[in-house]
Amino acid sequence: MTVSKRQQTQTRLAYLLVLPATLLILAIYIIPILFVFLGSLTDYTLVSDYYEFVGFENYRQMFGDEVFANALNNTFFYALLFLPGAFIISLVLAIAIQEQKQFRSVLEVLYFLPVTSTLAAMALVWAALMDSGQGVINNTLQTFGLPRVNWFGNEDVVLYSLAIISLWSIIGFNMVLFLAGLTSIPKNLYEAAAMDGADHPVDKFFRVTWPMLGPTAMFVAVTSSITAFKLFDTVAILTQGGPDRASEVFLYLAFLEGFEYFNMGYSAALSLFFLGIIFLFALIQAFFSDRNVHY
Amino acid sequence: MADISPSPTATWFDWVKPKSTGRLITTVLLFIGAWVMVFPFIWMISSSMKPTDEVYDADFSIIPKTFKGFENYYGVIFEQPYMVFLMNSMIVCVGILVIQLLTAIPASYALAKLKFRGSSILFGTVIAAITIPINVTSIPLYIGLVKVGLLDTYFAMMFPFIVSVFAIFLFRQFFRGFPDSIIQAARVDGFSEIEIILRLILPSAVPAIAAFSVFSFVAHWNDLYWPLIVVQSQDKMTATLSMMQYHPLSTRTTGAPMPPPPSSPRRWSLHSFSPAGCSSGASL
Repeated sequence: MTVSKRQQTQTRLAYLLVLPATLLILAIYIIPILFVFLGSLTDYTLVSDYYEFVGFENYRQMFGDEVFANALNNTFFYALLFLPGAFIISLVLAIAIQEQKQFRSVLEVLYFLPVTSTLAAMALVWAALMDSGQGVINNTLQTFGLPRVNWFGNEDVVLYSLAIISLWSIIGFNMVLFLAGLTSIPKNLYEAAAMDGADHPVDKFFRVTWPMLGPTAMFVAVTSSITAFKLFDTVAILTQGGPDRASEVFLYLAFLEGFEYFNMGYSAALSLFFLGIIFLFALIQAFFSDRNVHY
Repeated sequence: MADISPSPTATWFDWVKPKSTGRLITTVLLFIGAWVMVFPFIWMISSSMKPTDEVYDADFSIIPKTFKGFENYYGVIFEQPYMVFLMNSMIVCVGILVIQLLTAIPASYALAKLKFRGSSILFGTVIAAITIPINVTSIPLYIGLVKVGLLDTYFAMMFPFIVSVFAIFLFRQFFRGFPDSIIQAARVDGFSEIEIILRLILPSAVPAIAAFSVFSFVAHWNDLYWPLIVVQSQDKMTATLSMMQYHPLSTRTTGAPMPPPPSSPRRWSLHSFSPAGCSSGASL
């Protein structure tokens, strides 16, 4: 077989190998995305087959809609509660656990346990723990003389409750990421820093650990932000957006509009907005992942 | 090391210096935190062996006062359709994984090792598609499934996930590390490209494939969003989706009428551990 002929059969084979994946990517990603965009310009509902193009009416409605503003508000407020905890608690835990000698692996397993569980199922356990009447948490609060809390029934509290559950489920994951980042910091850097006078834990953290942890920290921050914006499971199971829309977050609103009220056009506009946010986070990550390494 | 060169700025934070007592306190605090993290599981296992009225008893005890464990678990396994739900989850997750591997491995080998026109466009598309979550494409996919009348089937439950762009990306990076000289040598020895994939590349990629399999299986086992949209009948319900009807306060269920939500927590403990690994895969 000549070289060029061999090249030809190889190219043909290459096309054959990528064909199934390519067709499926077209069917599952490309065409649906195009339809989401086109659909967002129509008033299509699943209920009637008649629809017409309405231009950017859906987007105008979106930005003038109180329900949308409320969902966005809720999402950002929830992220504000969730993100600092998801980042700082995990980092402190990772540093504390790394310094443990004999208990390190036990503690790692215990803190990682919630990550391995199915959040939808554990949400039910949290519902019982946070029950306003006979829940263990309220009973414990009462024993310490603190007031009982209506975790899911109070509009001002429900986002805190959801943030607590999400924190519980993500801390172990972020902690393991931070631990991986910490172990990859060369020991001799600490020795060199100690030579230069930075031998106190606080000094060591700000002079060595934090700068060397840059890429890991960025990764944790971005993935946690995306997780925060994707909050859905616990809302769907525990609150259904209630009470009085106080826990109606962005993704849950898009779900309601599309699959409960069948306002497909409007829901498509919401989906594209959601995609825009995700792209933004991905860009931030791509931008910083190359630049944030301080050696 | 402290005696080599004492910190010149050590003033206000002297007291946090890890002496042996400080270390002891850290350890104790870490274990208290661990107790909080694990407590929901302990509560769950304990409650799964209690009668319903004792679960919400004001004074909680880990050891059940009346042991109902046998009855509760017997009920879950033999009286509830819970085994059907677990089976559905298993079918969907295994089906998704098998097709993902079948589509991703050949494609990523071609992208990594073979030259063809359009390969960079395809790879760029793969990268872009990684950022697109199911929540964005769910509407057209749902409408499409409605139009072809395949709602509430295993096919509908698997379809959006049977090509994993993440897997293509991961395996392509992995295959690129495979030495070209060995592939060339195999070609000279008369191996066809298919044989190269099956006998050289695949065995070397077992770690990557195993890692991806765990991530994929767990991610779809835990998925609530897509089953909530396409599953309408009790006999296609996945284990994770069935959690919706076990919520004591739940009024909302998907589609078809379901048995009234049982208010006992007895079903909780069988399911809440996913088989392995962790549940935070973004777009597997």
